[in-house]
Amino acid sequence: MSAHAVTLGDWRLPSRGCVGMWCLIAAESAIFTIFVVAYLFYIGKSQSGPQPADVLHTPIFYSICLLSSSVTIHLAVRGIAEGKVGTFALWWFATILLGGIFLFGTAREWTHLIRDEGLTISTNLFGTTYYSLVGLHGFHVTMGLLALIAVACFYFASALRQEHAERLEILSMYWHFVDAVWIIVFTVVYVIGV
Amino acid sequence: MSSTTIALSDAPARPFTLRLHEWVITVDHKRLGTLYVLYALVFLLVGGLEAAIMRWQLVRPRNDFVSPEVFNRMFTMHGTTMIFFVAMPLVFGFANYLVPLMIGARDMAFPRLNAFSFWMSALGGLFLYFSFLGGDGLYGAGSAPDVGWFAYAPLTAKTFSVGHSTDFWTLSLLSSGIGSIGTAVNIIATILCLRCPGMTLGKMPLLVWLNLVMAVLVIFAVSPLSAAQLMLLVDRYLGGHFFDTQAGGSAVIWMHFFWIFGHPEVYVLVLPAFAFASEIIPVFSRKAIFGYPVMVLATIAIGFIGMSVWAHHMFTVGMSAGANTFFVLSTMAIAVPTGIKIFNWLATMWGGKIRLSTPMLFCVAFLFQFLIAGLTGVTLAVAPLDWQLGNSYYVVAHFHYVIVGGILFTAFGAFYYWFPKVTGKMCNETLGKLHFWLFFIGFHLTFDFMHVPGILGMPRRIYTYEPGRGWDIWNLIVSVGALFQAAGILVFAFNLIWSYLRGKEAGNDPWDAWTLEWSTSSPPPVYNYAVIPSVRSRRPLWDLKHPEDPDWRYE
Repeated sequence: MSAHAVTLGDWRLPSRGCVGMWCLIAAESAIFTIFVVAYLFYIGKSQSGPQPADVLHTPIFYSICLLSSSVTIHLAVRGIAEGKVGTFALWWFATILLGGIFLFGTAREWTHLIRDEGLTISTNLFGTTYYSLVGLHGFHVTMGLLALIAVACFYFASALRQEHAERLEILSMYWHFVDAVWIIVFTVVYVIGV
Repeated sequence: MSSTTIALSDAPARPFTLRLHEWVITVDHKRLGTLYVLYALVFLLVGGLEAAIMRWQLVRPRNDFVSPEVFNRMFTMHGTTMIFFVAMPLVFGFANYLVPLMIGARDMAFPRLNAFSFWMSALGGLFLYFSFLGGDGLYGAGSAPDVGWFAYAPLTAKTFSVGHSTDFWTLSLLSSGIGSIGTAVNIIATILCLRCPGMTLGKMPLLVWLNLVMAVLVIFAVSPLSAAQLMLLVDRYLGGHFFDTQAGGSAVIWMHFFWIFGHPEVYVLVLPAFAFASEIIPVFSRKAIFGYPVMVLATIAIGFIGMSVWAHHMFTVGMSAGANTFFVLSTMAIAVPTGIKIFNWLATMWGGKIRLSTPMLFCVAFLFQFLIAGLTGVTLAVAPLDWQLGNSYYVVAHFHYVIVGGILFTAFGAFYYWFPKVTGKMCNETLGKLHFWLFFIGFHLTFDFMHVPGILGMPRRIYTYEPGRGWDIWNLIVSVGALFQAAGILVFAFNLIWSYLRGKEAGNDPWDAWTLEWSTSSPPPVYNYAVIPSVRSRRPLWDLKHPEDPDWRYE
């Protein structure tokens, strides 16, 4: 230490936005872990129907939509980092569209389950854990979509510039997290659970 | 800049409402830290009053000072208040105030998130105490939650807990939980991203290290609690079955979820207590801390092991032999890094020029008391012994030894140590010593003797007991101790107010200390440091005061 004095120039610390987002992701992961554990623990413990195998249809198309939105948001962020606001806008709207399609899929699935199969959150343990876990994820997708739409509003107000690339990258970290959680929820609910 | 100067010069003339408004909208880490601490002090008095009511009820057998229902509410409110609205805000208040100052920063990483987090925690306290008015809804008088501070299922089910008291409890914990997570995110980002030039991780004051690990623990402990509260809300409002045993749900899974939070929470509270001791003991022993790297490693070890001991709260529930063995061993393992810390503090004092001022008195008492608390903890970690002692007054005595004898004592030390920095005035030393001795005697009367009725079989949470079981005299002594503690607290409160108004001027560095916060004025200006400092060792002020023999030559 005595050998070299520290000067302001070579003093670099991580970005606070990045660290903050990683912490938020860690906290959210802990919350999801508890819900996933509850789901796994209660598989097959419902005392009355309907059971998952009778009513669940694997939402392959909607899952592909959500997962590919990770690619589009990555392309959007790379676009604005290079200063191409047009490219950014194209991929950003694609992301919003794909996220919206996913939510639409969830809404359709829930409508079917409630109307046709008579499964609500209070029907049995499957209903309680299913709507809670998928709903918690859906809530996070909704929050993410609202943030994406807020950015889109800034774009329409012509207030979005290359210098905002880092902030958008941090927002995209959240979106990637929401997508990654879906892989786990999907596995637990539609693969292990049926 | 000139307009600010004008505003400051006619500060006394501003009306009270304007100054109040400034405190409400503040995003300054020092003001928010102060708000946290004041908030905790108010609830300390409230929670203390609830404890006093319980001790008065138990002072003699077959007493009828309060009804069984009120007694249930008192122990629920006392536990919830002391953990979530005294200990947590104290921890966050000190972290908020001290961490940016100690790392040479001008504020926390996210000042507005900081304010949001405080007000969410404050809202939690309001929820909890509003239950006294609104617990039964619109009909009849209100009632507070009475399900115990860990609220085991199925007590919290709609069937057994009618009205809204449990809803207020769960909303209160959810709200303060969001605040806690927000503050933890903020503390981590502040420490990792805002350190002044030269302050590498290995040169941070130990207080900063311990608060970093504390914040990581909050993230991984409070989030599961919030998840469990969400599930409870689903059960109570939407008719879910998470903890509904009649529909196949499990009461035991609530215990797991609660204690996955509950045990790391102990370390969330005790690590900042270690942090205070690690700053105060070296300064009052006139020596650098002994074994800094080992202290850091022990802290991280406590963080990791602390995440894997939760089910030692559940030995009496009946788990498999494998689970019992695992949690016995992990619980005993955590005594190792904690023991390392105690040896390091002792080695710091060894051969030092010890000044027994009030902050140091509290820290020395902490060393002995925390050792005893750890030893009774090891006895409870032995599962077969826990089957005998679990849910008895022995357990109550053990965890009060940790929380009062360990955490509260160092927190008092921290009050006396940093009061001059926060207010610019010295705390009165005579009153401080009176506070120490009253509280010390009261603490030992109450909690030393509380172990005995526990060993004799007195269960916790009973509202009264039959005479002739050999518990009478012990309960009397325990209750008398509470009087001494109450007297000590009143002296403390009086001392804070009196010293704030009439105390001696403190100056920048009244203790001849070595960390950065003592280099700025007392109280620090809004911007903390006019020029961001840069450091070369763990004791930057030592280097400044002793340019002929600076620390960085040896680190």
